[in-house]
Amino acid sequence: MTPEDFKKIGETHRKKRDGFDYTINVCTAAACVSLQSDKVKDELTRQVKEQDKKDVCRISGTGCLGLCASGPLVTINNDQALYGGVKPEDAAEIVKNIDKKPVKRLQIPADMPFFARQTKIALEHCGKTDPEVIGDYLALEGYEALYNCLTTMEPVEVIDIMVKSGLRGRGGGGYPVGLKWSTVHKAVGAKKFVICNADEGDPGAFMDRSMLESDPHSIIEGMAIAGYAVGASHGYVYIRGEYPLAIKRLKAAIRQAERQGFLGKNICETPFSFDVEIRLGAGAFVCGEETALIASIEGRRGTPRPRPPYPAQYGIWGHPTLINNVETFANISPIVRKGADYYASIGTERSKGTKVFALAGSINNTGLIEVPMGITLREIVYDIGGGILGGKKFKAVQTGGPSGGCIPEEYLDMKVDYESLAQVGSIMGSGGMIVMDETSCMVDVAKYFMDFCQSESCGKCAPCRVGTAQMYNLLNLISQGKATMHDMELLEELCDVVRNTSLCGLGQTAANPVLSTIRFFRDEYLAHINDKKCLAGVCVIEHKEEPVL
Amino acid sequence: MSSSVKIKTLTIDERQVGAREDQTILEVARENGIRIPTLCYLKGLSPYGGCRMCIVEIAGSPKLLPSCMTTVEEGMVVSTQTERIKKYRRSLLELYFSERNHVCSVCATNGYCELQSMAQEVEMTHVHFPYMYPHLEVDATHERFVLDHNRCISCTRCVRVCEEVEGAHTLDIKDRGIDVRIITDLDQPWGESETCTQCGKCVHVCPTGALIERGKSVGEMSKRKQLLPYLTKMREAQK
Repeated sequence: MTPEDFKKIGETHRKKRDGFDYTINVCTAAACVSLQSDKVKDELTRQVKEQDKKDVCRISGTGCLGLCASGPLVTINNDQALYGGVKPEDAAEIVKNIDKKPVKRLQIPADMPFFARQTKIALEHCGKTDPEVIGDYLALEGYEALYNCLTTMEPVEVIDIMVKSGLRGRGGGGYPVGLKWSTVHKAVGAKKFVICNADEGDPGAFMDRSMLESDPHSIIEGMAIAGYAVGASHGYVYIRGEYPLAIKRLKAAIRQAERQGFLGKNICETPFSFDVEIRLGAGAFVCGEETALIASIEGRRGTPRPRPPYPAQYGIWGHPTLINNVETFANISPIVRKGADYYASIGTERSKGTKVFALAGSINNTGLIEVPMGITLREIVYDIGGGILGGKKFKAVQTGGPSGGCIPEEYLDMKVDYESLAQVGSIMGSGGMIVMDETSCMVDVAKYFMDFCQSESCGKCAPCRVGTAQMYNLLNLISQGKATMHDMELLEELCDVVRNTSLCGLGQTAANPVLSTIRFFRDEYLAHINDKKCLAGVCVIEHKEEPVL
Repeated sequence: MSSSVKIKTLTIDERQVGAREDQTILEVARENGIRIPTLCYLKGLSPYGGCRMCIVEIAGSPKLLPSCMTTVEEGMVVSTQTERIKKYRRSLLELYFSERNHVCSVCATNGYCELQSMAQEVEMTHVHFPYMYPHLEVDATHERFVLDHNRCISCTRCVRVCEEVEGAHTLDIKDRGIDVRIITDLDQPWGESETCTQCGKCVHVCPTGALIERGKSVGEMSKRKQLLPYLTKMREAQK
């Protein structure tokens, strides 16, 4: 296919869309679907027919609109009006008022800080296109970046763009993408592979899922560009089986891309061939660790192995393998299209660009956001997030899931970037952000994450297998008011042993939630131990009557 | 060995040693009489990297690396017995003892157990983590061998020898985390296994009393440690 061909497809599609005066987009990502947005869409379609507005009005499903707290969400002509909490019975009113004033009752102001403070790069198409229609993607310059790379650039030039953009791995580690690509590019091997890690397992995180549900083609395009840059001809998307909608859309997108010649043999009539295969995870958190993920793709038990050698040298079946996260791949095509300088102009000195976060917990505007690096936590929680639910007092924000830590109020003005978060004992992680208010007990939070780690430990290495179970038992004792200061010392000792001797990232970071809560909320631990009291009133502590002698 | 293999020099515990580039730190250390404790490693089986006893410090790296799976590099400075590592090894071993029911006085391998001698080697005097006392079963359905989960440390030597040397792959591992268990076939009683060849290699590579011969009483089950090195040597000679 020549660029004219696919521009024509996009053009036809655009014309078809522009033939209507109004486009009603209904969010069909999992959060809104769970609130029956599919029924809203059906009802809207029926109403358009009934009110005889078929010629001016077009109904389309779309990806995540971000503000999941107010779902199901509906937009008219993208930004003309935004409706939240739409029920099927509201459809008639929406369609009736389409050419009049918006329905006040349902309207959400589009200029609210939640939308105004975001910078969308990885999520640029989310909520604007129908994820199930490739034409929608092509109409928005889709696959042009891939075409330009294949026809006008050498692989090293593509890598150079990534180096200059300063993009760092969005899966959590923050390893420079350009450096990783160039390592795989230079690795010697007749066969190379590209893997997209979509085994999102952190509790409270839904970035990867939303992106795959909303804009699967951008991830496919990113992978194909990566394949060209490193010299790979085969790609895998390792996606967890718990995401049926994302899997369905990705499968459809792969089929469409193959049919249009953006995947398969001789892509865009160049010598480059690349195909993408889906592999489903069976519910093991540890399979997000790259060596365990590779083992799982190979059909073996999903357990990690020591690195080095890194997958860049020795990956799937021993071949050099590039592994990046969903969000990383979603950033590739915008960077190629808009230029490395544009991307590098956003963010801080060492953390460039934007980061997608999944806002969850005790916060008004739960949802999916994309913000420039260097934004403060206060801006995220209070401006974008709209403050704490029910006007309660802020206590902490948890980033990085079970590998991260809890950041207390005094660090709210800290800039969000890889280094700052590491300094306060947390990590950037893949982008989960759980906000907690005064009714959360930090011992209970630490216990929750340790329970997660001990049940997700693969059991290969002793410190993680036994250490996390021991730590969980100790935290359980503390939360029940049955612990002594000796148990607290043991807990801290175990944190040190498990962190330093574990085989993979799961064990090495499993202690982080405990260490960060001990660091910032030691008084809560002491209250449980010495006063047999849970300050937040979460833990149930049985008080035994002292026997009277 | 092809002639293109390069030779590297490195320092282990302040001793200069030479090594082929494809050798691991552990192999080189053993060649030079430097003792690094191991539990899951066994010459002749693929390395596993799970027991973490063989961790060493490498100058310039903040991480402790398993010497059984880390290949040598030119100019590497390795320390195998720093106070920090010794402390971690002791803690790790205590974790092993706290995990399951390792009661030496009633164990068939008492006196021949690698876990037991390792405790002496790393100068472990007591276990200061709480014992977990799990309720575990003993599979005594096989006519010649017994699998006692109470003594198992999940090193997977038995799994690897069964797959890699015997080629039967009767043994494997199920579940994860603290619940991992060695299983036979599709988690059937060992006695009903149709793939077990009764070779007994698993019993003799097992470092503890988890796998023993039927009928052996306390302190009677010594393991034939030379079995695997002998087999490996004979196989290499055949090539």
